[in-house]
Amino acid sequence: MESTIVKSVDYNAYFGDNHVVKNVNIEIPRNCVVAVMGPSGCGKTTFLRGINRMHELIPGATAKGKIMLNGEDVMEMHPIFVRLKIGMVFQRPNPFPNLSIYDNVIAGYKLNGIKLPKAEKDKIVELSLTRVALWNEVKDSLNKKGSFLSGGQQQRLCIARAVAMEPEVLLFDEPTSALDPISTSTVEELFHELKKNYTLIIVTHNMQQAARVSDKTAFFYVGELVEYDDTKQMFTNPADIRTQNYITGRFS
Amino acid sequence: MTQLENEIQAVKVEVVSMWNLVESQLQKSRTALLHFDRDLAREVVLKEKRVNAFELKLDRDCEDIFALYCPVAIDLRFLLAVLKINNNLERIGDIAEGICKYIIEAVNDFDQSLFTKTDMTRMFDDSIKILADTRIAFEKEDTILARSIFKRDEVLDNINTNAMARVSECIKADMNVVEDALYILSIIRKLERVGDQSKNIAEEIIFYIEAKVLKHNQDVGTKI
Repeated sequence: MESTIVKSVDYNAYFGDNHVVKNVNIEIPRNCVVAVMGPSGCGKTTFLRGINRMHELIPGATAKGKIMLNGEDVMEMHPIFVRLKIGMVFQRPNPFPNLSIYDNVIAGYKLNGIKLPKAEKDKIVELSLTRVALWNEVKDSLNKKGSFLSGGQQQRLCIARAVAMEPEVLLFDEPTSALDPISTSTVEELFHELKKNYTLIIVTHNMQQAARVSDKTAFFYVGELVEYDDTKQMFTNPADIRTQNYITGRFS
Repeated sequence: MTQLENEIQAVKVEVVSMWNLVESQLQKSRTALLHFDRDLAREVVLKEKRVNAFELKLDRDCEDIFALYCPVAIDLRFLLAVLKINNNLERIGDIAEGICKYIIEAVNDFDQSLFTKTDMTRMFDDSIKILADTRIAFEKEDTILARSIFKRDEVLDNINTNAMARVSECIKADMNVVEDALYILSIIRKLERVGDQSKNIAEEIIFYIEAKVLKHNQDVGTKI
């Protein structure tokens, strides 16, 4: 955990008049896993989607303040470039159903019109699938449809698709909520590997998952960032009573 | 209340029950000693099995809560503290039993005058009071009372430190009390351990409530 890679400065997000993220200031260190937790509707997913400018895709959605990536305001960058640098993985595995495993991995290049020689594509596919611990399982069936894989494998394929674009940051929105415990465990193990090369920001409802996988944890409540600290500290001695009530299940 | 809160409440009730039993054991060992009541001493030795059973049950209950509820924050600290308090209480139970075994194995009644000369009676009374106050601190989550234990343990330490000299004086004055004096010295050593265990418990109470670790802190007695 060294320098800051993502930083929000007085970040606010709105859906029309609804103020869903309020004045969030947070610094995310490089090669760190940050868990974002909080009750439903607290603004954590909205904040996550603000980081790679997906929030603005929703009609009526606006934002104020800054999200900085390596010291540069993402609002001043091209959104496609932002999303190349900040990949995202969603709650349900969403591989392109008509594409092969191989094509799913390099879909980001195809969709952005980036043409690569076959050898380079092969290299990217192998490297990306290796990084998500899927290569050995699918190397002999790369031409099969991605949708034939199990739920856990599909989610890892989606992570491979994000990783293939060589992002710096990976955003995960409840990445294991649709997976069984074994697949969840595999993906969680993967987080530990991925953080060597990327910075991971994970929205999760599963507090034990936050405790297991993250270095730092942020707790959101009614749009505010209530507490942001080392995960060990948050789960043993949180500073704010609202955090304690939430993580101990006493929230009302 | 959530199910976890119910479970934790049940553990708390159980700890207090164990505490009451251990206090009663210590109180009875005092009475048995002062009146040289071997029957009461035997009762304490028999009841030690109940203290042990409490310890095992509490260990199991805490283990179940860890496995089933994955407690965090204050709940986690509470259970960690209970595991240690449980162990400390069991040790105090052992001390009460040990004192009673001396009473059972001694050939003659102890010379009562040695009790006051060595300050043992006062030490026994203080030990029982300290143990009771740690229980009250636990029940009421009173860290001020818990902190007061540190100073009071020093009083027991002082009696223990001076015990050798006092016992020597008694022996020099009357060689017939050698055996009794040695028993009393051993009892004083044991009571000093009651103070230590109570101090450890007080540290755990503060850890659980305030998340402060006072263990191995040399200045702990002055931090009231």
